[in-house]
Amino acid sequence: MSVDHLPAPFRNYQLDHAWDEMFEPGGAPRAHYRALFEMLGELPAEEIRRRKQAADLSFLHQGITFTVYGREEGTERIFPHDLLPRIVTNREWSLIERGLEQRIVALNLFLKDLYHEGRILNDGIVPREMVYSCRHFRRQMKGLRVPRDIYITVTGTDLIRHPDGRFLVLEDNLRVPSGVSYMLTSRQVMKKVFPQLFRQCGVRPIEDYAQALLATLRTLAPHGRSDPTIVLLTPGVYNSAYFEHTFLARQMGIELVEGRDLIVSDNYVWMRTTAGLRRVDVIYRRIDDDFIDALAFRKDSILGVPGLFNAYRAGNVTLSNALGTGIADDKALYAYVPKIIRYYLDQDPLLDNVETFILTDDASRQHVVENLDKLVVKAVGESGGYGMLIGPHSTEKEREEFRLRILADPRNYLAQPTLMLSRAPCFIDGQVEARHVDLRPYILYGEKVTIVPGGLTRVALRKGSLVVNSSQGGGSKDTWVLYN
Amino acid sequence: MLSRVADSLYWMARYLERAEHSSRLIEVHLNLMLDQTAISTDRRWGRVLASLGHPLPAGHSMDSHSLADALIFDHTVRSSIVATIMQARENARQVREQISSEMWEQLNRLFHEVKRVQLEESHNARPDEFLDAVKQGCHLFNGLTDSTMTHGEGWQFIQIGRHLERARSIATLLDVHYSEFYRLADRAPDAAEHLEWIGLLRCCAAFEAYCRVYTADLTPDRIAEFLLLNAEFPHAVRYAVDAIQTSLNALPEATASRKGSRVARLAGRLRASLSFTPIDEIMSGSIQSYLEGIQRQCGQIHASAYQSYIDYPIDTAVLT
Repeated sequence: MSVDHLPAPFRNYQLDHAWDEMFEPGGAPRAHYRALFEMLGELPAEEIRRRKQAADLSFLHQGITFTVYGREEGTERIFPHDLLPRIVTNREWSLIERGLEQRIVALNLFLKDLYHEGRILNDGIVPREMVYSCRHFRRQMKGLRVPRDIYITVTGTDLIRHPDGRFLVLEDNLRVPSGVSYMLTSRQVMKKVFPQLFRQCGVRPIEDYAQALLATLRTLAPHGRSDPTIVLLTPGVYNSAYFEHTFLARQMGIELVEGRDLIVSDNYVWMRTTAGLRRVDVIYRRIDDDFIDALAFRKDSILGVPGLFNAYRAGNVTLSNALGTGIADDKALYAYVPKIIRYYLDQDPLLDNVETFILTDDASRQHVVENLDKLVVKAVGESGGYGMLIGPHSTEKEREEFRLRILADPRNYLAQPTLMLSRAPCFIDGQVEARHVDLRPYILYGEKVTIVPGGLTRVALRKGSLVVNSSQGGGSKDTWVLYN
Repeated sequence: MLSRVADSLYWMARYLERAEHSSRLIEVHLNLMLDQTAISTDRRWGRVLASLGHPLPAGHSMDSHSLADALIFDHTVRSSIVATIMQARENARQVREQISSEMWEQLNRLFHEVKRVQLEESHNARPDEFLDAVKQGCHLFNGLTDSTMTHGEGWQFIQIGRHLERARSIATLLDVHYSEFYRLADRAPDAAEHLEWIGLLRCCAAFEAYCRVYTADLTPDRIAEFLLLNAEFPHAVRYAVDAIQTSLNALPEATASRKGSRVARLAGRLRASLSFTPIDEIMSGSIQSYLEGIQRQCGQIHASAYQSYIDYPIDTAVLT
């Protein structure tokens, strides 16, 4: 499509059948992007580059980094950040908000049901073997009542935008979703870099996230603890999200603890302080289930707290998120979420799923192995963009390898059509170019559901790439939800 | 405050103090080796090693160049200057959210500077420049600590770490020095020995401060009095012990608990000894056993502070 009429910085801007966040199909800027569009036309490239440098420097000085695994040693890197905001109208947002609330409430009811009566299994809506074969199902959670019956306190749901403009749910991250610190810090930086544009657009604030999280955690304190001690449990400095852990603890004004700071005695959890042992009531844990208690789960874990699970069962401490939530974001169970929503809420889903093939189904499996070049195949238990086959970008050899793996263990894989993520303008080498993006809003669930208007927009910074994970060349940009 | 955090702050400060002290000591001795004196280089290095607590494995080459290299740049030597700075940074990294960003940035800068020089081909060509940069880096860090961090509980643990390390290392240094140069003889030191006494003062950044009190008239007794008992000079043992006691006294208030009375008593006893023992009495008895006593008591204060605040048994004081 021709973009000849666009101003100079857009020379390389690509418009085709993917949904473009900034431009209408004809090439006219959408109303809510007009201010940004005009600013880009007026500001000299040199000035934009200068602001980009100022933003990068600000991230560097604050030490906003993440760790890449699988290299020789954990390598610390600055989180790649794109300068141009991704803008969402209030109308779009209110649908997202209602859709996410509906989804989280349903998934939470699903978890409660699974770990208690299991009605949904008895009614045959979700196949029993699908649940019991999931490695995130925690038998230990059976019959355990959690405060307010809330399992998923914090969710980061990944949304993508279909070429027809609909937002679809790609993935629910119900275990220990990360990235919210990038949402908050990039907002701080953006306000400094584009103060005028920010004002002009009318952007809804997200700065109350930490306070909302704290308030949510507080409502989940064990019974009778009116002034609960809340801590954030981190695996430690070598974890990829350690920066985020320190950031959130500081923003909430709570202690950042490691497993070795906590002690379980008589089924109560204590933290070792210079003033003596102090009882802990709520743990916002950023350690996976597997590692949280070597007595109850993985024996070789030294990150967690031995005996923690018993204290949890006894109701003397709250873990957020609850243990065993991973069953509800299992990639194969994902296909059942629309049914889950209908089952518990008797409502149609407001946000659709991406079409998904379950490979234990013979006909779907046949279709998938014959069309690997057109599909995306994901390992069910992996996250972060690892263990994935992107059909159109794969080699014959990779496809053959995945074909064999699927046939050997169909439960462990699922397939989806190659997704066309929407594109948004990014500032790349002095030019404005279109790159694929997704959107991860953060949903808090305590007494009520709270979603701050915004999220982490992840960008595939490599041209044409569809992988937005930070470990694989992805970056982020600020997300502006407008007042109107 | 979490015990682990107090522990990291304490060791961060101790390691940095050690880096600063070692830099000064090595710099002074490298300088003294320029003078042709009767004191052989081997013996001098022996003394340097003893003052630093024998950091090298037995049988290490006694060649000057390789010794200096090991003590300054070898990160596998636990108390080499490079290693202490790395360990200080590692401790700071564990508690980044507890210290000010100015402190973290300065320590990070020092760390990267040290790593850069370490990797240079000719890093040992001008050790004095490097040692000077380390000292300055530490001074800057200490200044930032005092001016950008809340003087609360964490800061007190930093003070305790810094001053305990200082008291102990000066006592060790004096111990080694006096066992070699102090004789009860009434004669004044000869020219070569004179240089050594100046060197001792320089190792404690004390030469000018000493002269201001006693003039350039150097005598072993006065030097001992100054470095041990002076309450106003920051690198005197007495000053450091005063600082330790002040911080220890502030802790029960900061932690809102009545713990720590034993450790405060230990510090108080050492302080009393340094405040009220006249120098004649120390010198007429055995100065060495007095100095050994200081080192031992520093160890006790450390152990007792750990008992009270960091590594206490679980069944003691349970709060709610």
